[in-house]
Amino acid sequence: MFALAQPQYLSRAVDDLYKGVTAAKLGQYAVILFLISLVGGTFKYFMRQTIIAISRHMEYDLRNELFEHLLTLPVSYFQRRTTGDLMSRATNDLAAVRMMLGPGFMYLVNTVVVAVLAIGFMLAISPRITLYAVLPLPLVSLTVWFFGDRIHRGFEGIQAQFSALSARVQENLAGVRVVRAFAIEESEIELFRALNVEYRDRNHRLIRASGLFHPVLTFFSGLAALLGLYLGGREVLAGRITLGQFVAFIVYLAMLNWPVYALGWVINLFQRGTASYARIVQLLDVAPEITSPAHPVTPGPARGEIEFRHVTFRYPGTTEPALRDVSFRVPAGSTAALVGHTGCGKSTVLSLLPRVFDPEPGTVFLDGVDVREFDLHELRRRIASATQDHVLFSETVAANIAYGAPDAGAAAIEQAAARARLDEEILRFPKGYETMVGERGITLSGGQRQRACIARALLLGSPVLLLDDCLSSVDTDTEEGILRGLREHGHGRTTLLVSHRVSTVRDADVILVLEDGALVERGRHDELIALGGRYARLVREQQLEEEIEAS
Amino acid sequence: MSHDDDSFRGYDHRLMGRLMGYLTPYRAQVAFAVLVVLADSVVGLAGPYLTKEAIDNGIRHHDGVHLHYVAILYLAMLGIGVGLGYLHSQVMQRVGQSIMLDLRLALFRHLQRLPVSFFDKNPIGRVMTRVTNDVDTLNELFTAGMVSAVGDVFTVIGVVIAMVHLNAELLAVAFSVLPLIVIVTLVFRARVRRSFRDIRTRLARLNAYLNENLTGINTIQLLNREERNAEGFRERNAGHRDANLQAVFYHALFFPSMELVGAVAVSLIVWYGGRQVMWTGITLGTLVAFLQYTQRFFRPIADLSEKYNTLQQAMASSERVFELLDTPVAAGLEGRAPVIAASGANGAPHIAPRAAPTDAPVAPPGETQGAARLPASKGRIEFDGVGFAYDGEHRVVEGVTFTIEPGERVALVGPTGSGKSTLINLLLRFYEPQQGEIRVDGVPLRDWDPYELRRRIGVVPQDVFLFSGSIAGNVGLGLEPGDASRERIVRAARDAHADEFIERLPGGYDAQVRERGATFSAGQRQLLSFARALARDAGILVLDEATSAVDTRTESLIQRGLNELLRSRTSLVIAHRLSTILDADRVVVLHHGRVRETGTHAELLALRGIYARLYELSCLSGSGRMTGRKPVRSAMLERDGGVPETQVVDTRMHMD
Repeated sequence: MFALAQPQYLSRAVDDLYKGVTAAKLGQYAVILFLISLVGGTFKYFMRQTIIAISRHMEYDLRNELFEHLLTLPVSYFQRRTTGDLMSRATNDLAAVRMMLGPGFMYLVNTVVVAVLAIGFMLAISPRITLYAVLPLPLVSLTVWFFGDRIHRGFEGIQAQFSALSARVQENLAGVRVVRAFAIEESEIELFRALNVEYRDRNHRLIRASGLFHPVLTFFSGLAALLGLYLGGREVLAGRITLGQFVAFIVYLAMLNWPVYALGWVINLFQRGTASYARIVQLLDVAPEITSPAHPVTPGPARGEIEFRHVTFRYPGTTEPALRDVSFRVPAGSTAALVGHTGCGKSTVLSLLPRVFDPEPGTVFLDGVDVREFDLHELRRRIASATQDHVLFSETVAANIAYGAPDAGAAAIEQAAARARLDEEILRFPKGYETMVGERGITLSGGQRQRACIARALLLGSPVLLLDDCLSSVDTDTEEGILRGLREHGHGRTTLLVSHRVSTVRDADVILVLEDGALVERGRHDELIALGGRYARLVREQQLEEEIEAS
Repeated sequence: MSHDDDSFRGYDHRLMGRLMGYLTPYRAQVAFAVLVVLADSVVGLAGPYLTKEAIDNGIRHHDGVHLHYVAILYLAMLGIGVGLGYLHSQVMQRVGQSIMLDLRLALFRHLQRLPVSFFDKNPIGRVMTRVTNDVDTLNELFTAGMVSAVGDVFTVIGVVIAMVHLNAELLAVAFSVLPLIVIVTLVFRARVRRSFRDIRTRLARLNAYLNENLTGINTIQLLNREERNAEGFRERNAGHRDANLQAVFYHALFFPSMELVGAVAVSLIVWYGGRQVMWTGITLGTLVAFLQYTQRFFRPIADLSEKYNTLQQAMASSERVFELLDTPVAAGLEGRAPVIAASGANGAPHIAPRAAPTDAPVAPPGETQGAARLPASKGRIEFDGVGFAYDGEHRVVEGVTFTIEPGERVALVGPTGSGKSTLINLLLRFYEPQQGEIRVDGVPLRDWDPYELRRRIGVVPQDVFLFSGSIAGNVGLGLEPGDASRERIVRAARDAHADEFIERLPGGYDAQVRERGATFSAGQRQLLSFARALARDAGILVLDEATSAVDTRTESLIQRGLNELLRSRTSLVIAHRLSTILDADRVVVLHHGRVRETGTHAELLALRGIYARLYELSCLSGSGRMTGRKPVRSAMLERDGGVPETQVVDTRMHMD
């Protein structure tokens, strides 16, 4: 704003030059011009420091809000969406919103202030030439807006093609043996060439638009300068304005260049920003379907008694039930095993108890209370799970084992690792328990990951333990050791385990056989053998397999 | 290969020379662009001079006509400027794009000729970066860098000349702020660069954390970790924000500082120039023109320093790109291109200058370097004292000698790490044996044209690799366009028993393969792999039996497809199923890289040697586990009833 006073003094200096002026006066003008810039610069400094900084703080808050919201959404939501899409919301869309709130807002303010004042001053000098000289300026804004939008979209198209191109290279390199073995190098090169030609053509199309952008912009702002020069010059000739005013006028006109340019850009930023903001709000508006009830019941002491009463369950968006009228009760402290082939509903049973998916009200009970009546955190505190996906995080081995109980001491962590038969291997890691897992550390084998997840569940000390096929990559001896440990040191935990191996389930207190979502048999190993049904047939088949192999 | 993080490199004359080689095909365009840029600079310099003319000779001398002419000239200059600017960007960007296309194709083509061992040593991600990002960096140099730099230098020189012409003393005054500008720019640039690096690292960390949390959301919720992880996220988010605030601070300081320096220059000119106007008769027009020239002087200077960065990055990128291009190609491919010498639509040659190997004319298969040219393959395979070590030191196979007669089916059996896959890799000439030789139809592999050899061998790998594209395209992989008729593909799919599931796909044979075929079951992928080999109809078949458990129905389809595939072909099978071993004419037992036993199943059992022990071992462990291999998920519990006998006999004697 202060900068706008500069031409005023420039104008006076020029006029004084012709009226006769002392060197001292000139020096004074120079100092004033410099001081004006100094004050203006200070203001610009604070403007950036506040507006842009505020936009960074808002981005920070919005990102936190987004993250915390995502953590409340049910697993089913993440199955419908790709991680990449959600990541893009949290990065690209947030960036677009931040650009709108920061630079967008700043340049908007700047543009409005500078434009209003500069045009005001210009009007004071000469309303008529102001009108003409300012005429091409909206064209500048329009140019920026028009090309900016097209360039942005063209650029997105190029990025998409670039991804396709990278994917092609990646595929070719990953499949290098197949490419060689099938001698398809030629057609691979042809495919790659086609993608490249399209990439080049898309670039050419963008170049056609963007190549015009800057020259046209220069032309319009040059046109304004020319009009100022020509019309202003004629006003001077006509004696309507002084030479000083004329110079001031030209400087004001030059000052308008950047703001009108910025205006077009700001419009783009707002268009992109509002679209992105709408997408973020849409995400924030997704209601967490699985929440604590408004008035959770105060459950009794945690014993670990599980009951399913006529549970029929369909996954969201499907019509076929995954579970059909399943009823069973697992008394506190006992072990139940679920068997059946892939897709029979074993994992579904395990996911309903901690409400990963929501059962119908009044069907699934823990310690005599409907799981939907529990406070969600209290419910999950009573259940320790080792899931099929055995997810580990980029933390130390110790932190991963203590992921559910971050305050656990080293002794407890080591004990849990020992029970999961992982302790000896951990000691062989480069930094033992402090070894980082993941990209910045070591990669664990499938069996090690499974046992780390078991250790994580064991450390929790919850009365209920859910083990979902989490011993499949562990050799039989180790598996046997882990299961024996669970029986001996289980401290009366209720255990619900899913397995494909007879050796894993044969010692369970009750074996539940599922088929197509229905519970078809239940009983102890011996009872089910005696029953001569499906379980018995499975066991017989295994024996048969061994006999034939042995023959 | 050099590391990716040192993205800056000093100027290297040798590299630059080689880079310039890529410009050669476009020298006419480049020369034209340089002329355009020079003209553009002149036109750009005319503006302030015309302003001076308008003020001094038009306005001050009250010459309306002169003002009029100057205005028209000014307008013409503006118009010409638009045209020249557009021309320049068009020509250079197009040249840049064409060079990128040339370079990418040269790289990709070179990659197709590199030995498989190269890919054992170099991670895919890094090689990809060469073809994608590094080439893009070079594009920057070609389009935005070199020619504009010429324009910038010319503009700077032009401005200085114009200013000297106007008033040399005033020039000295204006330039007195130059050191200030250099200092401010240098100080800030170093800091801003460091700050940006910091921001990138923190953003990467933030996104990695976010990604991990989204992937592990189930675990996090089950463990009640929401609060704590939100805290962890806030921490990383704050780190990212603060790094950005640091950059904001630098920018907030930098831009006004530069303006202030500019203001100093203007103030000096007003003060000093004003005195001159008073005493030495310098004109107002000169003063105004001078002010405008000052502004035009600093922009190209800033641009040039930006271009120096581009140059440094381009040097680093080109070094990595050339290093890849200089990697020796696979044995047997020296001096020949694997492809038809197609040329781009714009007629530009796509062969890298000075990259001699690709320049060689393309020879028809089988005619290069005395490569054997044979009629239909009889399919006799001889391993003769073959020894090989991947690292050149530790032998994986040694002294392997056995012969597969035309039409014979040989099963290769042995524990994990016994060298079975290595033998197949050597037969396909992915690697060169250090000892002995392999002969196909009596001709040593080194005398075969690698492409011709591979065309005669059908391969079914353990895990099929599906390419993106249609099912039909995947089945007809490697067929000449003329041969890949829909009929042939459908017949191959039918013979492999893959037709049933293919026809159920939406789009049938035109269905697109997504995520490398992750949407198909393991069994379906195997069937596709069989269909692929059948469509190829090669005389020799190499099969690495899959070990993955599949459902009963698919299992029986696979058995039937397998029989179809092996019928009347010379075949070498790494066998995992007992039924496959029983069907083989001969079993070769490999142990520690050496052939230990050969014979039929019955003969080998009677021998009571390694084979008998392997067999016994696999029978004892119910799951068929052996040699430290992870147990096959006891298939029985996975299956429904009524398992056919062939499947129960599913003896996975070894799986790797």
